[in-house]
Amino acid sequence: MVSSDAKQRLIQRVSREIEAGMTVNLGIGLPTRVIDHVDHDLPICLHSENGIAGVGPSVAYGQADRNLIDAGGSYVSIQPGTAFFDSAVSFALVRGGRLDLTVLGAFEVAMNGDLANWMIPGLFTPGVGGAMELAQKARRVVIMMTHCDKQGRSKIVRECRLPITASACVDRIYTDLAVIDIVAQGLILREIAKGISLDEVLAATEAPLQVSDNELPTF
Amino acid sequence: MSDKIVDIEAAIAVIGDGATIMIGGFGVPGTPFCLLDELVRQGPKGLTLIKNDANENGMGVDHLLLGNQVEKLIVSHIGLNSNAIKLMNEGRLEVELCPQGILAERIRNAAAGLFGFLTDIGIDTTLAQDKPRFEIDGQMLLLEKPLRADFALIHAAHADPLGNLIYAAAAQNFNPLMAMAANHVIVETENLTEPGDLSPEAIHTPAPFVDRIVELPELTEDYGVVRR
Repeated sequence: MVSSDAKQRLIQRVSREIEAGMTVNLGIGLPTRVIDHVDHDLPICLHSENGIAGVGPSVAYGQADRNLIDAGGSYVSIQPGTAFFDSAVSFALVRGGRLDLTVLGAFEVAMNGDLANWMIPGLFTPGVGGAMELAQKARRVVIMMTHCDKQGRSKIVRECRLPITASACVDRIYTDLAVIDIVAQGLILREIAKGISLDEVLAATEAPLQVSDNELPTF
Repeated sequence: MSDKIVDIEAAIAVIGDGATIMIGGFGVPGTPFCLLDELVRQGPKGLTLIKNDANENGMGVDHLLLGNQVEKLIVSHIGLNSNAIKLMNEGRLEVELCPQGILAERIRNAAAGLFGFLTDIGIDTTLAQDKPRFEIDGQMLLLEKPLRADFALIHAAHADPLGNLIYAAAAQNFNPLMAMAANHVIVETENLTEPGDLSPEAIHTPAPFVDRIVELPELTEDYGVVRR
């Protein structure tokens, strides 16, 4: 189990990915919560697959517009400059390379950047939604997930065992234990969560991790 | 008065067993729940449905699934409908999964009178297994075929008697694409205006694409805010 404190620090750390001027898509679940930690004045454009550029903060049921949800089904608001469009336009924006960043969840990430986040045969078969296009076409793909699954097995693996969403697409992994970059040479450990030792990170990671000799920052 | 305006019973009566039907909507917004409820009431069977999702349990498409009216779904996901997942896993419902934007583009492709397109989306995945491959300028690509339907069921916020349509907010989604890609397009609308009341510049779907218009006297509770 990941403590709520560790989860909060993870969300806060990922929120530093988001910079002024970016067009960003946040995946369903934990990634959606990243926006709560982004400065409201920061000029960014939040994209939602169901046809919104400029998603505003989510709203309580009492204030909800029945026609205004994000792709995860949360009721959201608009902002000055919000645009609505159809699903073909929405994915032209994705495939055409206009997404600077997507933050997605994952079941497994392989050391070459392969991502598995859309199905677990026999157990979880909801369909693919927009995951393949986001993973394949966003300019930067970062993953936000627990380091290990509920059985304690590493989700950072040598090769994905589950059906992949897209190959060699992940640039960086954020977990409750560490921040890890994926480069041509493999995985590089960049940061460690507060209170976690290097040995704990190494023990929880199936794939080989490259570690610099310098002291690593914490988050 | 326009001969496109009909009552809901007549609008749906043209749909027979074995029809392929596109249904607008992404979650609740844009789903034509009243047309779907009438389709349940009239009961044609062996249907192929093309839709982004299978709605949630207890709404829209779910009623068609539970009434055994559906043979096949072509969708991007069914994650919010446990009945659809169960029927699929039991082999009682054929489900063709399609990446969401590719689903949209296959519909748009048919709408534009085209015969398929090439893409790299999903090329390294299990979804690519049965798709023809072509190498173009050194890059391997998948052939995606167009999706056309016998009928489209569309929900529009505003319609005029000619069939010009305007959608609200995120209720647009697949509606304008499907409204171009079916042989017979049936629209339900919350607000039927007089001709000329809609600004020509604001029209999302132009009238020539629309065959039938049903004015909804009121919205059922399916259209409301869903509390989860």
